[in-house]
Amino acid sequence: MSFLEYAAAPESTALLNLQSEYGLFIDGEFVAGSDPTFSTISPATEKHIATIATASAGDVDAAVAAARRAYEKSWSTLSGRERGKYLFRIARLVQERARELAVAESLDNGKPIKESRDVDVPLVAAWFFYYAGWADKLDYAGLGASPRALGVAAQVIPWNFPLLMLAWKIAPALAAGNTVVLKPAETTPLTALLFAEIVQQAGLPAGVVNIVTGAGETGRALVDHPDVNKVAFTGSTAVGREIARSVAGTSKRLTLELGGKGANIVFDDAPIDQAVEGIVRGIFFNQGHVCCAGSRLLVQENIHDEVVERLKTRLQTLRVGDPLDKNTDVGAINSAEQLQRIRQLSDIGEAEGAERWSPACDLPTEGFWFAPTIFTNVSTSSRIARDEIFGPVLSVLTFRTPAEAVAKANNTPYGLSAGIWSDKGSKILAVADKLRAGVIWANTFNQFDPASPFGGYKESGYGREGGKQGLAAYLQAAAAAPAVSATAATAAPAVSATVTKEVAR
Amino acid sequence: MSIDKVVNSAPRAIEVLGGDLTESSLKRYLNGIPGVDAVGLEARAADLGTRSIKTTSKAWALDTIISLIDLTTLEGADTPGKVRSLVAKGLTPDAGDPSCPRVAAVCVYGDMVPYAVEALGAFHGDGIEGGINVAAVATAFPSGRASLAVKLADTADAVAAGADEIDMVIDRGAFLSGRYGLVFDEIVAVKEACRRADGTFAHLKVILETGELNTYDNVRRASWLAILAGADFIKTSTGKVAPAATLPVTVLMLEVVRDWYRLTGEKIGVKPAGGIRTSKDAIKYAVAIAETAGEEWLQPQLFRFGASSLLNDVLLQRQKLATGHYSGADYVTID
Amino acid sequence: MSRLAVLKTYKLYIGGKFPRSESGRVYEIVGSSGEFLANAALASRKDARDAVVAARGAVSGWSKATGYNRGQVLYRIAELLEGRRAQFVDEIVAVEGVNSAVAAAQVDAAIDRWIWYAGWADKYVQVAGNANAVSGPFFNISVPEPTGVVAIIAPQDSSLLGLVSAIAPALVSGNAVVVVASERFALSAISLAEVLATSDVPGGVVNVLTGSPAEIAPWLASHADVNALDLLGAGELDWVDLQIAAAETLKRVLPPEGGSSAAAAAPSLERITAFTETKTVWHTKSLI
Repeated sequence: MSFLEYAAAPESTALLNLQSEYGLFIDGEFVAGSDPTFSTISPATEKHIATIATASAGDVDAAVAAARRAYEKSWSTLSGRERGKYLFRIARLVQERARELAVAESLDNGKPIKESRDVDVPLVAAWFFYYAGWADKLDYAGLGASPRALGVAAQVIPWNFPLLMLAWKIAPALAAGNTVVLKPAETTPLTALLFAEIVQQAGLPAGVVNIVTGAGETGRALVDHPDVNKVAFTGSTAVGREIARSVAGTSKRLTLELGGKGANIVFDDAPIDQAVEGIVRGIFFNQGHVCCAGSRLLVQENIHDEVVERLKTRLQTLRVGDPLDKNTDVGAINSAEQLQRIRQLSDIGEAEGAERWSPACDLPTEGFWFAPTIFTNVSTSSRIARDEIFGPVLSVLTFRTPAEAVAKANNTPYGLSAGIWSDKGSKILAVADKLRAGVIWANTFNQFDPASPFGGYKESGYGREGGKQGLAAYLQAAAAAPAVSATAATAAPAVSATVTKEVAR
Repeated sequence: MSIDKVVNSAPRAIEVLGGDLTESSLKRYLNGIPGVDAVGLEARAADLGTRSIKTTSKAWALDTIISLIDLTTLEGADTPGKVRSLVAKGLTPDAGDPSCPRVAAVCVYGDMVPYAVEALGAFHGDGIEGGINVAAVATAFPSGRASLAVKLADTADAVAAGADEIDMVIDRGAFLSGRYGLVFDEIVAVKEACRRADGTFAHLKVILETGELNTYDNVRRASWLAILAGADFIKTSTGKVAPAATLPVTVLMLEVVRDWYRLTGEKIGVKPAGGIRTSKDAIKYAVAIAETAGEEWLQPQLFRFGASSLLNDVLLQRQKLATGHYSGADYVTID
Repeated sequence: MSRLAVLKTYKLYIGGKFPRSESGRVYEIVGSSGEFLANAALASRKDARDAVVAARGAVSGWSKATGYNRGQVLYRIAELLEGRRAQFVDEIVAVEGVNSAVAAAQVDAAIDRWIWYAGWADKYVQVAGNANAVSGPFFNISVPEPTGVVAIIAPQDSSLLGLVSAIAPALVSGNAVVVVASERFALSAISLAEVLATSDVPGGVVNVLTGSPAEIAPWLASHADVNALDLLGAGELDWVDLQIAAAETLKRVLPPEGGSSAAAAAPSLERITAFTETKTVWHTKSLI
């Protein structure tokens, strides 16, 4: 037996204490949903994990009403310091139950345990810890003294980082003084429901956090609810567009984190081994189910062959398989539907003349699997160079000059992320300046931190999550400034409140 | 000393750089090697360190690690008795378990080579099944601060005394001041000094002393330089300078030998030395070897651990795997 | 015998030039008591398209200019405006029917507003950006950058101040704008364009369309190469439909405020940052 066929190292599921059935978490209690339940399954085995409630429009209404009551009666009357202490408690509870949450996440989502354990869950705790500290310092959020919360936030999150996206949404909202109704994705509701237990353990006032499960209909009912003040959505550009239309003309503030087709630019003076690692991290992290994935590799033509060869060698050590095995690098595709999309786009790539390559790997027979895949000889007009695949599929394109690299990188309606690999600092800074993307990673990729704002340009959405900007997205200035007379232009109000509509942040 | 004097003994460099081998052509070549991003390298090493090696894989890894150890004593207080004891330990690491493999070599100062050879007796041997090599540090180890004549005499003396392997140090001062030609020439000359009377060579391990080279870019350049000059192995450290071997430095050197193999089809060995004390750490190196250079590097001809206390920790782990319960320090021998 | 005045032909301002509407259409601008003042160009959707092309072409150069440079260019506008103060006062008196003191106050405020915004060009990044203390060996910085092409529906109830209040903040960060002027009070907009043309503002950075906002705005709102939409002066239009149209390409939209739109456009940092994007750059950081 080869040493590289490491013996099975399964993470124990013994510490999971799951219920067989989960209700909706409304007003501090689990309650039954009104619509027919659904099953959440493990994408690695297609086995049933738990029965999940579906929130009807009426259930959503009840959740929003609970959030509204909590906002008015308890949460908005609490001092920032006390709100912060609740968030610190949540951060600690997440740390205490970290392993359990990681196992549940890998089970429900299909991502490798080493990612849920070393990336997702630690970041969840960090996110709550970071925003906890903001709760009593809102005066420094950039909106002037004593900014106010918005009210009730409707939050809809995707299935790729279920618990982490929950943290991105809930932590800043609560720190700013809002209450929330959150809907996790229908394929990955499990950790949000475990989080509801944490909310109970933290003793958070009833109704401050409400979790409603269900599919698109539930999300639509939540986003369209007339009594929400803020809508925060992470997901596809198509749904984001629909939401932008639906909130048009309302006073709801909106932030959208949507799709991407990130360019990962490798110059010929790059630290080559680290670049290869960065390419792998950029597209095969989380099975490529990452909106900011480096799905378009732009490699300088004179090192194309060498980079591709090194990449292929490296890919042969990627271990695809059981998400709960500690040595798994690439887990299961989240759903049959997503697998279908990845297959379809990959087939199109092949049909359009790109050269397809995957390392030899035995995929399990049960569950949803897709081998890490590289397409070379991809043209800029090819579907696989333009459409977000949201899977472990890399399209390799070339460029000759930095200007061409920038032009090709920007040649997309998206603008979420980009990577630059070079040992030449001056070039990195100049290229970073010219890239139309919200997050630029230079000599690294797919790094996340609660202090670091994240969000897109163009059709990748608007608003930022993380950092001070992410906090401001849940705040408004103290009061609408009095109309400024025409002659007041010289008396510059440093941060006036006249623009309260959320547009760019 | 100019490179021209020794070009004929540096066939690798001539093959790769071409015939007009000069200090400036060497410099240009080494400076043209892609840089290393330290953060990325360290993250990669840390990631390799998260592999979970269990059950059968762990058992295989522990035995392999023992067979890769250069069991080392490099003290001013070393005596023939100490060396004999080290040899005995290397031959029979676990007195209670005859199935336990032997170490690859014992590593001693040059003047201790005769005692090691004597103690090994019939078990002394390069290539002998179950045999143990004798490795000698040479070239004014650990500082390397002596004239070339002294370094060459040091080397020749150890080889004559029966050393199978020579662990030389490079002139870090020369390297850091950009005198790559000088470093190169010394390696070539020492390699020549490894020649035995019968025309064969003792294996040459070139110690870069990565803790003094300081940067990863320097380590990568020095690794290439050492290989071009004829090194059979590139070795991280003397063990006398902190930091000694680290996982990122070793991963980097494994990348170099992998690239050399890609370029020439020739396999060069790697030896991290100093600071690797636990099975857990050694297993991380085993993973790094397998996933960077390839599994074929997990053999004594291509990888060594320069260590002393590592062996006993591996034995404790080995006993735990065999018996199912944790062992204790009194159940392994001190050498 | 009194001299016959030489009247000005009011045209559009696109890409640094003053074309007539490609449609050949004009509409009458009348004074407060209904008297004919001028024929203004009635911009068409194709004029709007041309303006967007011109703006797109200007984004790169304008956004690349240093903040110091943009600040000086905006200040230069104020200088030239000051020199032509009397002309603007006369136009406002004629069009809005206010007395010359009120008109002068509007012109003065507009001039001062340029100056206020000019000063922001090399400062807004410091105020709206930040260094981020991430937990890892990384340099991490967030900076606001211009969104790109901003289409603006100017306040309809103000000749000059509303217009300036809308376009100046968008220009601060380096955006290029296509502005639909007040339909009735369009003369000052074209006169301002003359100021811009003779100042140091590169052609295409500001493009001025006169005509019917109701007709032009939907084309701008749905134009895929427009990045943001300021509906400041769209309160009387079907602005929700405009916002819905803008959602197709996820444009940033600033909806109209209630009340007087000129007042709503009070000078503020938010009007600058509304048309910026925060870019966060990570770089590895290590000594060895």
